[in-house]
Amino acid sequence: MSEISFWSNLSLQIRFILLQNRQGKTRLAKYYVPLEESEKHKVEYEVHRLVVNRDSKFTNFVEFRTHKVIYRRYAGLFFSLCVDITDNELAYLECIHLFVEILDHFFSNVCELDLVFNFHKVYLILDEFILAGELQETSKRAIIERMSELEKLE
Amino acid sequence: MASSNSLMDSLFQRSLEDLIKGLRLGESTFISRSLEEIRREIKLTDLSTKSVALQKLSYLAALHGVDMTWAAFHAVEVVSSSRFAHKRIGYHAIAQSFSDQTPVMLLITNQLRKDLNSSNEHEVSLALECLARIGTDDLARDLTSEVFTLLGSSKALVRKKAIGVVLRVFDKYPDAVKVCFKRLVENLESSDPQLLSAVVGVFCELTAKDPRSYLPLAPEFYKILVDSRNNWVLIKVLKIFAKLASIEPRLAKKVADPVCEHMRKQNVGKSLLFECIRTVFSSLSNQEVALKLAVVKIREFLMDDDPNLKYLGLHALSIVAPKHLWAVLENKEAVVKAMSDEDPNVKLEALHLLMAMVNEDNVTEISRILMNYALKSDPLFCNEIIGSILVACSRDSYEIIVDFDWYVSLLGEMARVPHCQRGKEIEHQLIDIGTRVKDAKLELVRVSRALLIDPALLGNQFLHPILSAAAWASGEYVEFSKSPYEIAEALLQPRTCLLPDSIRAIYIYSAFKVLVFSLGAYFSSQEPTSSPLAQESTSSGPSMVNGFTYNSISSLVNMIELGLCSLSGTIDVEVQERAKNVLGFIGMIKHEIAEKATSQNSETEAHRAIAFMEDVFSEELGPVSSTAQEKVPLPEGLDLNENLEGLQEICREVLEPMAESDYSSDKVSFSVAKLRIRDQEEASSSLPPPLESSSLLAEHRKRHGLYYLSSQKSDDHNDRDGNDNNTSNEYPPANEISVDSFKPKKKISKPRPVVVKLDEGDEPKRKPDASSSNDESLSRAIQTALMGKGKGKEKEKEKERVKENHEMNVDTENIEQSSRREKKNKKNGERSGKRSSRRQRGKEASVTKPVEVPDLLL
Repeated sequence: MSEISFWSNLSLQIRFILLQNRQGKTRLAKYYVPLEESEKHKVEYEVHRLVVNRDSKFTNFVEFRTHKVIYRRYAGLFFSLCVDITDNELAYLECIHLFVEILDHFFSNVCELDLVFNFHKVYLILDEFILAGELQETSKRAIIERMSELEKLE
Repeated sequence: MASSNSLMDSLFQRSLEDLIKGLRLGESTFISRSLEEIRREIKLTDLSTKSVALQKLSYLAALHGVDMTWAAFHAVEVVSSSRFAHKRIGYHAIAQSFSDQTPVMLLITNQLRKDLNSSNEHEVSLALECLARIGTDDLARDLTSEVFTLLGSSKALVRKKAIGVVLRVFDKYPDAVKVCFKRLVENLESSDPQLLSAVVGVFCELTAKDPRSYLPLAPEFYKILVDSRNNWVLIKVLKIFAKLASIEPRLAKKVADPVCEHMRKQNVGKSLLFECIRTVFSSLSNQEVALKLAVVKIREFLMDDDPNLKYLGLHALSIVAPKHLWAVLENKEAVVKAMSDEDPNVKLEALHLLMAMVNEDNVTEISRILMNYALKSDPLFCNEIIGSILVACSRDSYEIIVDFDWYVSLLGEMARVPHCQRGKEIEHQLIDIGTRVKDAKLELVRVSRALLIDPALLGNQFLHPILSAAAWASGEYVEFSKSPYEIAEALLQPRTCLLPDSIRAIYIYSAFKVLVFSLGAYFSSQEPTSSPLAQESTSSGPSMVNGFTYNSISSLVNMIELGLCSLSGTIDVEVQERAKNVLGFIGMIKHEIAEKATSQNSETEAHRAIAFMEDVFSEELGPVSSTAQEKVPLPEGLDLNENLEGLQEICREVLEPMAESDYSSDKVSFSVAKLRIRDQEEASSSLPPPLESSSLLAEHRKRHGLYYLSSQKSDDHNDRDGNDNNTSNEYPPANEISVDSFKPKKKISKPRPVVVKLDEGDEPKRKPDASSSNDESLSRAIQTALMGKGKGKEKEKEKERVKENHEMNVDTENIEQSSRREKKNKKNGERSGKRSSRRQRGKEASVTKPVEVPDLLL
């Protein structure tokens, strides 16, 4: 498939990030590879199907096409990261957790609705965190400081 | 009018929050209404209104699949605003929706440049993020100098983001390397862990694609490996070393120590520990101390309750399994336990590891146990099990199999597993074994018979390929069969109508072979002295089934005739054709069978025909190597891509005379045609009778001098007694895998039969794809940057010469000459001394580019 071969040419660690609820609605979608709208829909559908049926006792990593999806469920939301087959799963799990912690800090006991109404803020946080598919900031403190600076500018 | 409208729109514009609230109440119509609003609002001049509209649009595009590419120009407008809030929205929209095809892409170059040069670091970072996401070749080229400046910025944040962007810039515009590489490398010495993390991340990606070019940087990476306390950084550095060490073995030795240090630490994070283990297993596995330590540590993973760790433990073991099976064997209890885990991923890993442990001695027992598992499992896992058994057993031409009788019956057993969907592979192996292993033919025929006579199997479409193989084998090796009558009956049973026509054709043809064989036996048994066939058959050992009496042979012939009569009118031409041919043959010799009983004339037409047919089937069919076709040399002047228009003329020439030939000679030429089954469509579209196509073939051959691999027929005249068919359909009681299964059992007394192997050769070499040229120029640039300017030109010439042979991925461990030298002082750009050893004029496949490894590490 052309999209898959395209994916493997680009050297990126993270291909995309998805936040989906149990019913499959996407609350956040950030793609670090160019994809057509229809392809995006397909991807979101497939990833949702993959993760929603897995028991909580199972591993947090699944194979997805020629890559891997690392996911974790927090309350009613699935956080899914698509990475390369060779990437370190545990590190990315920590990455997801870090992201959730930051969101929690920002929205004080974040819930799904917060993310829905503040989607631009969520994207902002995400952009501080990951640049062009690469993890660029791993310190929670640093990101929070940065976000408060940005808030002041608005 | 217009202005008052716009005022209205500005004042009462729905905010993003309103939009979201509205969406939650009711979707699709709301979306289209909102889109209309947005379209209006976004055209207004007021930037605030515009940006809110753009923001709403971004939201709809991101989460509701609305297309926003039409708003590209407006995004550019919004970005030009001086207000940060607007800029942010604009850049976000651009990052989200722009692609290489966006027509207004050119317009943002200047804007990006302006923002990149801004004194406000936040604007700079917005621009950098955007560039990272949408950077095209042009943008990368135009903005290289800005990125270069930012790489040296005093603000760490900016520098960090610039580093993040560098990867994309290099990717799109390799010449940027000349400008930026030095600064990038300088950042490796930074003490800020976040900065370091970014830089190391960049190198991690770069090294993955082209490790050799970054070997000179090994000392820097080593320092980081030893000094850093940050897990993220260490993980990435380990990945870098995994790649570097696999091409430079001496590095492995040096790196093993720090890696062990990390592994031994008390509170080492599991992610780091895992990465250490993985690095050891994949690239440092020849370092004994490190390897042993890693195996100890991986055991902890396997024993942990956390399913993630268990899975990773198994996964790591499968990396080390090929070279160090002992590590797996040490942990076999864990593997066995994992086979019954609920998580399909874990089960799969366990299965793979199990198969890695299989060898000559335990293959029978392991297969037995696995088959039992398969019966109890869901269809997916069941087929995984069957698939892995098939792969493991057939590897290297069935190297692991000693007892082929057992294996062939196992294949038959697999066919009876309810969920089995591996028909094609089983079919292939049955036939393959038939052609390669002479001694297995008896068992093969026995198993085939069992499969053929069972009417229930015909209903399962997944089994059809297996039945096809069974039919073929029964016909081809009919001399091993105890009761040819039974075979023929099975081949022509009414339920065969459930088979696809192509397989039915095989069935008919096999029935024909059975017929010919039986007739031959019958006729030769009537002449004990004159026929050479009879002499052979009487002299070849234990009791022959030459007992074809007049009654038995005539009942066979009648049965076949009856079975085929109904088929002579089928729609499928292949089936019809074969049926008719066999019927014609029968018609020809039938009356002679009766005569045979009375007269002793051995020169009858029938006898001659039968002898001829037997001859046709008399040669042994051997295995064909997968590379055989490539070995057929193309004759001079033959252009296979040439349009076959000339064939039209041949057809016309040939069509006329052929129409007059009589029917009987058809049979003769038919049997000379190809053995292989033609495709359904092909058969139905090529309507001319067989005689035409075979002479067209002959004509074509003559014209082009092509020689297809000639099909050979099997040996038909030795009839040997087969044992009773005792393949039972019940399975022995289920037993779990015990670790004892892996203890070596005593060897079986029966010697391993001969397996014909051919020079299969490797898979055809994959040609490097078009994108390699881009990466090539990148690595060329990198090497230039590292070696110094003077070298660059020379290297470039050399690379042009061996361009075709350059592969992106790492070469094999084949470093013949790497020169030692002092560590290159990068700061003042000292030139490296030339080494003639570096010049490798390789015309052939692998090009070894010796790269210097500084003394520090050796």
